[in-house]
Amino acid sequence: MIMEKEYSFKATLGGAPPILASPIKRDLMGIYTLWQRDVIRLWRDRIRLVGSFIQPLLFLFILGSGLSPRMGAMGIMRSGRALGYQGFLFPGIVAMSVLFTASFAGVAIVWDREVGFLKEVLVAPLSRTAVVLGKIFGGATNSVVQGSLILLLFPLFHLRISPERLILAFLVMILIGLTQTSVGVLLGVRMTSSQGFMVLMNFVILPLFFLSGALYPLDRLPGWLSVASRIDPLSYGVDLLRWDLVGVHYHSLLTDLSSLFVFMGVMGVLSVILFNKTD
Amino acid sequence: MIEAKNLKKIYRSRRGDRVAVDGISFTVGEGEFFSFLGPNGAGKTTTIQMMVALLAPTSGEIIIDGLNVVTSPHEVRQRIGIIFQDPSLDDRLTAWENLEFHGRLYGIDSRTRNKRSNFLLDVMGISERRNDLVRTFSGGMKRRLEIARGLLHSPRLLILDEPTLGLDPHSRRSVWEYIHRVRREVGMTVFLTTHYLEEADSSDRVAIMSSGKIVAQGTPDRLKKDLSSEMLSVETENPDSLNAYLISHYSSLEGQIRREGDGTLLFPLPPGLDLSPWDLLRSIPLPIREASVRRPNLDDVFIYHTGSGLKSENADKRGGR
Ligand SMILES: Nc1ncnc2c1ncn2[C@@H]1O[C@H](COP(=O)(O)OP(=O)(O)OP(=O)(O)O)[C@@H](O)[C@H]1O
Ligand SMILES: [Mg+2]
Repeated sequence: MIMEKEYSFKATLGGAPPILASPIKRDLMGIYTLWQRDVIRLWRDRIRLVGSFIQPLLFLFILGSGLSPRMGAMGIMRSGRALGYQGFLFPGIVAMSVLFTASFAGVAIVWDREVGFLKEVLVAPLSRTAVVLGKIFGGATNSVVQGSLILLLFPLFHLRISPERLILAFLVMILIGLTQTSVGVLLGVRMTSSQGFMVLMNFVILPLFFLSGALYPLDRLPGWLSVASRIDPLSYGVDLLRWDLVGVHYHSLLTDLSSLFVFMGVMGVLSVILFNKTD
Repeated sequence: MIEAKNLKKIYRSRRGDRVAVDGISFTVGEGEFFSFLGPNGAGKTTTIQMMVALLAPTSGEIIIDGLNVVTSPHEVRQRIGIIFQDPSLDDRLTAWENLEFHGRLYGIDSRTRNKRSNFLLDVMGISERRNDLVRTFSGGMKRRLEIARGLLHSPRLLILDEPTLGLDPHSRRSVWEYIHRVRREVGMTVFLTTHYLEEADSSDRVAIMSSGKIVAQGTPDRLKKDLSSEMLSVETENPDSLNAYLISHYSSLEGQIRREGDGTLLFPLPPGLDLSPWDLLRSIPLPIREASVRRPNLDDVFIYHTGSGLKSENADKRGGR
C-alpha cells in the first residue's frame, strides 16, 4: 500500500521571522563553518595530500644529496660541528611545502567563485571579513597539515629533534601558513579565472621560494638579492624554522617574529579591504 | 515587501559602460507572487543581485521589508532565500553538509537546523541521498537541493532566478506544487524570473523587462486584455501580400504581425475599430487556407513588448501545428 505522506510547511518553516544573533557571534560561527568546510574538503582529497609529498621529497633526496658534497664545504657550523647540506635544506623544504599548500587557499577562493559557491557565502548574513578569515584559517590549517607530514620525516635525514622543538616548529608553521595564506587570498580575491590565478601564482610563489633562503644561506648575498630576500616574508619563516630545527639563523628572532606578524597583518587587512570592494 | 525606485545598474569596464538595469521601479506586496519576464540579457539577474546586496546599485534604491538593502544588507539577507540561476552548491560536500553549513551561516540553532533539513530533504525527495557527495547528483536533484537550502532559514521572501531550468516536466510540477504550498501555508512572498509561460501565468503580477527597462506590468489577465481581445492566425498561399495588405489597412498592426511556420501570420485584432474577427477575415481579398481565432496568452504579450518568444512546455507541439 502506498502511503501518501502529509507535509506541513507551516509546522516546520512557520513561526516568527528569524532573529539575528549578534553580528560578532554570527561572524565567529561563519568563520568556524568556512574553516570546517575547508578541512572536510582536504580530508576528502587525501590523494592530493599524498601526491604533494613527492615534490618536497625530490628536493630533499635529489637536490640535497646532489649538492651535499659541495655545499658541505660552505662551513655552516652548528654547536661546533659542521651541518650537512641536507640538514640545512630540511627546514627550508618544510617551509616550502607550507608555502605551496598555503598558496592554494588563493586558488580555492577563485574556484569557489567559478563553481558559484562563493555566491552562496556572499549572500549569507555574514561580513566579508569573516569570509576572508575563514578562508585564511582553512588554508593555513591545510598547509600546516602538509608541512607537518614532511616535518615528521626528519629521522630519514639523520636529524635529531626533541619533542619540544617539534611543537615549536608546529607553531612556526602556523605562523608561516597564516602569512602565506594571506598572500594567496590577497591575490585570489579579485581573480575570476583559476587559470589566470595559476599564471600569476607562478610569478609569485617561485620567487618567494627562491628568495627565502630555503636553498642557500642568506649571508654574503649580492646586494640586490639581499634586499629582495628581506621583503620576502617566507625568508623570516624559514629562518625561524631553521633556528628551531637545526640551530642556524641569520636574523634575530625578534626580527623574524615581528616581520612575520607585520606581513600577516598587512596581507590580511589588504585582503579584507580588497574583498570588500569586489562585487 | 519589495519597493524598488529608479533602480539603475551600469557595469563599467575598459571596453565601455553597459547599462544593465535602466531606472526601473516596482513594488511587490507581502505574500504576493511576482514574476519578472524578459529575454536573455534583459537585466533580471542583475536586478536580483542588487536585491540581495551582491551588487551595489549605480543609483536608485531598494527597500525590502522596510529595510534599505544598501545600509542593512545582513538584516535583509536574513529575510531572503535565493535560488540562483547558476549552480551554487559545494559539490565536494554531501547534501546534508550543504544544508548544515547554510543553516549555520544564517545562525539557525542545531535543533531547528536538523528538523528542517530532514523535512526539506524528505519533501524534495532526496532523503536517501543525503550523505552522498553532491557531485554525484543529477542536475534535477541539485536544483531541488538548492531549493531546500533556500527555504532552510524560513525566509520571508523567496527569490527564484529561473528555478526550474533543466528540470523535467514532472520535477518541475512537483517543485511548483511545493513552492505554492509554502506560499499558502507560510505566507512567503515569491519573486520569480522565468522564461516559462505556464509559470508566469500562475503569478499574481508580472513585469515584463526588456533591455533594462520594465515595459509593462500588471496581472497576467490585465496584460492580455490590454494587448487585444483576440489573436488571429491566418494561413495563406502568399503571406507577403497578406502582410502588406494588413499593414496598409490597419496601421496599428505595424510591427505586430508575427510569422509562424511557412505561410501563417499571427496578429492581434486591431483595437478601437469595433471590428469582429470575422469582419476582418472577410475583408481580406486574398485566398485563405485556414484561419483561427483565440484569446491572447502571455506569450503574445511578451512578444508584443520584447519582440521575442517565451518558452513553453508545449513548444514542440505548438511548432508543428
Ligand atoms: N558582471 C558583468 N559585467 C558586465 N556586464 C554584465 C555582467 N553581468 C551581466 N552583464 C550584462 O548586463 C546585462 C543584463 O544581464 P543579466 O544577467 O541581468 O540578464 P538576465 O535578464 O538575467 O538574462 P538571462 O535571461 O540570460 O539570465 C547583459 O547585457 C549582460 O551582458
Ligand atoms: Mg539571468
